[in-house]
This record gives sequence, structure tokens and C-alpha cells, in this order.
Amino acid sequence: MESLRRTFRLLTYNKVGFIGLLGVIFFVLLAFVGPYFVPLDTKTKVDKIYEPPSKTFWLGTDSEGRDIFSQIVHGGKDVLIVAFLAGIISTTIAVVLGSLSALAGGGVDGLIMALADIVLTIPQFPLLAVLAGLVKFNNVTLLAVILGVLSWPALTRAIRAQVLSLREREFVEAARALDLGTKHIILKEILPNMMSYIAINLIFAMTAAIYAQVGLVFLGLVPFSGHNWGVMLSLAWTRGAIFFKDSLWYIMSPVAAIALFQLSLISFTRLLEEIFNPRLRTSV
Amino acid sequence: MSTQEQQELLSLHHVVMEFKVSRRATVRVLDDVSFSVKEGEILCLVGESGCGKTTTGKIAAGLLQPTRGEVRFRGQNVWTADKATFRQYRRGVQIIHQDPYASLNPTQRVEDILSAPLLRHKIARNRREAHQQVLDLLRTVDLTPPEDFIKKYPHQLSGGQRQRVSIARALTLHPQFLVADEAVSMLDVSIRVSLLQLLERLRDQMGVAYLFITHDLAVAKYFAWEGRIAVMYLGRIVEIGPTPQIINNPQHPYTRALLSALPEADPKATRSKQRVHLRSLDVPSLLNVPRGCSFHPRCPLFEEGLCDGKVPELHAASNGVQVACHLNEKVTA
Amino acid sequence: MAETTQTPYTLKVENLRVSYQAERGKVKAVRDVSFTLQTGETLAFIGESGCGKTTLGLSLIRLLPTTAAIEQGKIIYHHNGEDIDIVNLNEKQLRRFRWREFAMIFQGAQNAFNPVLRIWDQFWETARAHGETNKRRLRERVEETFRLVQLDPDRVLRAYPHQLSGGMRQRVLIALGLLLKPPLVLLDEPTTALDILTQRSVIDVLRDLKGQMSFSLILISHDLSLAAELADRVATMYAGTLVEIATVWDAYYHPLHPYTAGLIRAVPTLSGERQDLVSIPGSPPDLISPPSGCPFHPRCPYATDECRQKTPPLIEAENNHLVACWHWDEVAADGGARMKEQVEA
Repeated sequence: MESLRRTFRLLTYNKVGFIGLLGVIFFVLLAFVGPYFVPLDTKTKVDKIYEPPSKTFWLGTDSEGRDIFSQIVHGGKDVLIVAFLAGIISTTIAVVLGSLSALAGGGVDGLIMALADIVLTIPQFPLLAVLAGLVKFNNVTLLAVILGVLSWPALTRAIRAQVLSLREREFVEAARALDLGTKHIILKEILPNMMSYIAINLIFAMTAAIYAQVGLVFLGLVPFSGHNWGVMLSLAWTRGAIFFKDSLWYIMSPVAAIALFQLSLISFTRLLEEIFNPRLRTSV
Repeated sequence: MSTQEQQELLSLHHVVMEFKVSRRATVRVLDDVSFSVKEGEILCLVGESGCGKTTTGKIAAGLLQPTRGEVRFRGQNVWTADKATFRQYRRGVQIIHQDPYASLNPTQRVEDILSAPLLRHKIARNRREAHQQVLDLLRTVDLTPPEDFIKKYPHQLSGGQRQRVSIARALTLHPQFLVADEAVSMLDVSIRVSLLQLLERLRDQMGVAYLFITHDLAVAKYFAWEGRIAVMYLGRIVEIGPTPQIINNPQHPYTRALLSALPEADPKATRSKQRVHLRSLDVPSLLNVPRGCSFHPRCPLFEEGLCDGKVPELHAASNGVQVACHLNEKVTA
Repeated sequence: MAETTQTPYTLKVENLRVSYQAERGKVKAVRDVSFTLQTGETLAFIGESGCGKTTLGLSLIRLLPTTAAIEQGKIIYHHNGEDIDIVNLNEKQLRRFRWREFAMIFQGAQNAFNPVLRIWDQFWETARAHGETNKRRLRERVEETFRLVQLDPDRVLRAYPHQLSGGMRQRVLIALGLLLKPPLVLLDEPTTALDILTQRSVIDVLRDLKGQMSFSLILISHDLSLAAELADRVATMYAGTLVEIATVWDAYYHPLHPYTAGLIRAVPTLSGERQDLVSIPGSPPDLISPPSGCPFHPRCPYATDECRQKTPPLIEAENNHLVACWHWDEVAADGGARMKEQVEA
């Protein structure tokens, strides 16, 4: 009981972070649990086009009289999955390559950094656009993998810099003197001291992935599959929904969903320092 | 243990350490450093910043490989020996750092910090044994009751307590040699002595030898009174010998200057001390080491032609210490 | 106040109380501190980390961070027959007051130089900020002061900070502080982080300057040997309170407070035989909730119930020797020997 209370105090320590956490939980529930409770409205109702929000249609209706809210509920899953997967993939690559680069040094370091520089010079979005033309992005996992693989250079550099500086710390030197082994040094000495850094970068990788995929969908580079927020946005745009007052809900709902989720993620990062820093953990 | 029976434990032979500072330039941090320490002996390394004492400590502890020269542990050259021998050396020599705030992993509890080496090297076969051994270690370093400390994180401990945990960590592998790099310099004066007394006790009870690095000659005198002091200047040892001789009868002008310049916590003594006046207040840098005897631009006994020519080697002075000074050589010869 | 005020004084501090606001609560960093700085004397404040001496220094010159505040007390500056309470000065008055009347050089200040300005430019910028307009007059003064601190003005004024050693930068700061010949100077840890030989040159320079320029000096340091070199009187601080003020001779050879006695005996010296040194087990108290009565009682071998319940006031126990201890007479009788019998708990 005591540890639950302490955990709660820890999480609420940073108000902004806590609100971010609540926001993330809300969207996760909305996207993954919501669909079981809110059926997707696919029935075209010509008499209810662009209705304003009401008791039946919480966010109003779209250009075909379909409930916007149900689309929002069902539209989050793909976006979140891609974001999470892409974030994990790019962070994992960055941590592995960054640590390797920093600890091996010499030629290995030079090679990895040169590779990173080359990839960094390629403009990401046009590259994605070209790839979209060559590869069918109809698979959520595939999109996630490609986004993850393309975004490793910047994070790798950052991780490498962190590892390099931590490597010189005295407690790492003591671990060397005690012959604790490279695996121990990486996993028990260096990485735990970088956790908040890695977690924050993971979140930012996720936000970047969201922008990338929504952008791709919006531009029509990814074949429409499902009803995710990006698709809603694209459809709303092509239907000229920004030009009419009545249709504003149609286009602003996905925008708001995306923006609020991003905001929750970024606000949540404030709490990460608390979670990973033992000094803050124990003083709460 | 009489001195004849004491084995030579750790020695450095003509060690040179160079670092690259730019694409073409290297800086020589250590130039021809040699000394040896016997079992249970205390050797103090004193000098000002930039003299190379910390680098020497790291080389002695095997954390840095010298550019040239040998490091011998129990007579064997550790950097050319087989892996097993090197491993024995690595475990037999441990280091205690200066900064109690940087030498412990902030994300680990005391128990984790101390169990890791015990479990890894199978000194404890399981967590339960490790737990017991950790409690014993904490008692050895006077952190009692040990149960109060095992679950704590470093930031919950005071500076002195952290240093004790560092010492306990160094003791986990039953080392024969400890390199203490300014181990008490960042602690409050009122607890320094108890840490030094702990180190002394470890030597008495476990036969640990020390390479004690410090810039404070008064602490060196206190800790190494029965041992030796080596004075370093710009990467070389300029004087080395038994502590009472070095303190009361210093031979090298630099040692004399240091001893006379040191302020003391005794108003009468410190205000009436005879000062050695140096020729120049400029502090030379390692990037531009003066020719010949590197101390000659500041040395009050400077003789042109002699001191700025050849680098002086260590030779035996009249009172049994080894000193690197041309003029001293002339007098003794 | 038991101190004599017949001798001319430059600074009189009365019942100063300074607190910090921390997450966990209010840190009472300086608690009811009173002392008088006699004109021309060097008063050294000694004590270990957390005793409040740096906070005291910062409050004297009103440079406390925004989380700290002077809760009560007076800091009276006496000059040319006038009394000014520094606590009541506003920002504009403070700016005129600092540097002209009261100069301070804080710990680590040798790293506070602007790395992209030459030394002369830093002097000129500082002077301008304080209202100086005559460049030539400033230059003359700077060169004169530089010679007093044994710096070559031609070489140093043209240099960038990174081209000078730590010791030289410290001397530049001393010169900067003394440029306008202020009657009151405060130095906080002036020789920490300096090498022995460099330390020696800084100490000698300070001693020379004191002789030639006759200012009153407040010296704050944890280094007992520095106080032994330069101080006329020594004030010991513990847990935010002043526990002893005595002449440097009395403080080192005849301390009346157990903490002072313990501190003196904890520091090894070069001269003489190898002594038996003392350590004081335990650690300084938590200043958010300090112990009742005398703050030192948890660590004191002379402590009795009275010590645990009543806070001893600072009284003049012997001639010109003030101490805050209920048992100072016992300390005087056995020369603080009971500190020796302490064993690490």
C-alpha cells in the first residue's frame, strides 16, 4: 500500500507530466479499448451531412453523414502502433549503434558515424515519398520499420555522446578495475544512467513517426487502409472541409486528436526525469 | 614482517606516458617514472596539479597502459603477460577515487554496488551469501549498523560515508594493493582523520600496500610516516625516500620550496617559517617543458650551463634519499 | 552584545538570520549571528561544509540568491563617522556601495571571467558599469594595483583569461577588487583549488596588500592553515551559528569551544613530530530542523542535559574571547583533550 502511495506521489510530482501521462493513457484506451464500445459508423446518411455536435453525434458528422467521433475512436489504433513501433525500432538501433560506436572507438566508431552522416544528408520525407512509390506501404508494421530504420542517425549521435561522457565517469572506471566485464558496464553502469535520456528520445521518435505517417497519408503517398486519423484528414481536405463552417468539425477533429496526443506525449516526458532519477524518486 | 622478507609487489620501470593533443602534437605527461612498492608498504606520491601523479596512479592500477616502460606485478610484466596473470593483477590492485560524489553509480543501491563484484567473481555463490558478505564489508569500513546502509542510494549518504562505500567496494576482491587518489581531499577536515585511520587499519589487518596520492604534504607526512614519499614535478620523480627524511631534511630545491610554502594550521609556526624564494612565479605547462632540469626556471640554486643542459637522473643523496638534482650530485660526489 | 565597541569598527552585524526556501522546508542557514569587524583587522570565518559561512558572506554584500532572504538583523557599515544599515539599501544604492566601499571575491571566481574579452576590457566594462568614465585614470590605477599584486600589467592586460594560470587570475581578481581602495573586503575561499606554490604567492600578496592599503578583511575559508596565516581574529561557525570568536593565538592554542578544539586537532601539520590527530564522528545537523539546545551536542563529548535543552549564548568568557558553550571552562581546563577520545561510532 505504501509503495502504491509513493508511486502515486512520484507520478503527480510534476503536474504537467502527470497531465501528459493521463492524456497518453486516455488516447491509448480510446484507440485500443474504445472500438469495442463504439461501433464504427459506416452508414451514409444523406440527411445528416456536416451536422454539428449533438447528443447522438458527439463530434458531429462528416461529408457523408457518418459519426465523426466513432471514426476518431477507430482511427487511432494504426497511428499509435506505427508511432510506438517506429520509436522502439529507431531507439533500439540508436542505443546499440551509439554504445558500440562509443565503446569500440577507432575504426568502428568512424565507420558508424560516417554512415550516420550520409543518411542524415538524405532528406527524409522525399525519400519516404520515393520509397512509397516503390514499396507497398499497406502494412502497418512495414511502415513502422521503414520509419524506424530511416531515423536512427540523429539519435545515434546523441546516444554516442552520452555514452562517451559516461564512460569517463569514476564509477565506470571502478567497474573496470573490478573486472566486471563490458556487458555489465554497458547494462548496469552506463545504460541505467541514460534511461531518462533514452526514454525522452523514444518519445520524440514517436512524435516524429506520427508526423511522418500522417504526412505520408495526407499527401496520398500511402494507399488508404483503414480509417486512421491521417486518412480522415486527407479525406476532409480533399472534400474542402476547411471552407465551410459546418464542416470544420470534420477536419479539426483528426487535427485535434493528433495534436493532443503529441502534446500528451511531450508533456509526459517531464515525468520521465522523475521516474528514472533515484534522487528524485527517493525524496518524494 | 621484516623488510628483507617483504616481497616487491608493484613496480613501474621507466614508464613514459604520452597523449595526443592534436594531429601532430603529443604531450608527455610522464617521463621516465620508476618506483617499486613492497607488500604492506606505503608510498606517497605528492606534487602539484599537472605533475602526473593521477596518471601514475591510473597506470599503477592498470587502468591506463603506458606508452613505454613496464608495469610489474609480483615481478611479472603485466602488459605482456598472459590473460590469467593480467586478471590476477587487475583484481589485486584497486583504486579509490577522489570525488565521493562521482565514484558511486547513482542508480544503484549500496547492496548492488557491493554485491556485483562478489557475485561476478564467485566470491559469493548466491545472493544470500553476497548479502552476508556485504554486511561484513560495511562493518569493516565502520558503516554500522550495516543494515542501515545496504538499501540506500549514494545520494542519501554523506561524503564520508560514500568514501567508505568506495573503500568497501575496493575491498571486495581482497586486493593487495590500493591506489588512493586524493581519497580524503574532498572530505571535511573533521572526518578526514577517521578515513585515514581506517586505511591504516586495513594495512595492519590485511597487509594492504598503498600508493597514496595527495597534494597535501601534511597529510602525506601523517599517513606515510613509516613509509616513503615521492615528489613529482612535471612528469618526473625529483625526490624519493623515507618520509621523515623528506619532511625534515629535503634535498631537492622543489621539495624545499613546497615544504616552506605550505601554510600550516599553527599560527606561530606558519608565520615564522623561512620561505624559499623562487626565481619566477610562472608555472610551466606540460606543452612547453623547460630544457634540462624542468625546475630550472624557478630554482633558486640555478646554475647556467649545468641545470639547463642535461636532465638530472635520480641518484643517492647524503641522507639516503634518491634525488634528481645536478647540484646535489656535485655536492655528494 | 558583549564585544567592546570602543575600538573603531567598520562592520557590525546584529542578530542576523538568513534562511533558504528548499523543497522540504525552510533551511535556517544563518541563525542569530552577531559580530563586530574592527577597522583594519582580518577576521577569518572558519567552519566546514554547511556551517553557513558562505551564506553569511553573501548576505553581507546582499548577493543572496532569490530563494534566500535575510529574515531579520542588521548589517551596519561604519565609515567616515556614518552608519549605514546594508540591509536597508535599495538596488541603486547597493550598486554604488559595492566595489567602492565593499569589495568581494567569491569562491571559484577565477572561472567567472568572460572568456572572449581581454583582461583590460573586462576591467573597463566593470568600471563603466559602476560609473567610471575616465579611461586613462582607470588605466593608471589598474597598472598601479597590478604591481602591488606582482602582475606585469603589459602582459596581463592584453591576455585572455585562458592564457593566464589559476593563480594569476586570482591575483587579477584581487587587483580588481582593490582597484577603488575599498575600506572593506571579503574573500571567500581565495586559495582553494590553487597549487601550493601558487597559494603561497596569493597569501603573500594578500599580506603585502593588507600592510600597504590598510583595509578591513573578512576571510571565509574551511582551510585552517589559511586562517592561521592571515587572521587577526578567528570566528568559528557551526550549523549556522557563531560558536567562538577569539584572537588567532587563542583560537589555535587555547580554544574554548569543543568544536574549535576538535577542528584544530584534526588538521595535520608539518612541523614537529607526527601528532595524534582527532576526528569528530557524526555529521553536521539538518538545518531544516536543527537539534534543540546547542547544535553541536550530538557530537560533543562534553555535552550534558543542559546542552540538549538550552542554547548557549555567545558570551565573553575570557578577555576578548567569546564562546557559546555551557562547559567552556572544562574545555579550557583539559585543553579540549576529551575530543581525542572519540572513536568513530
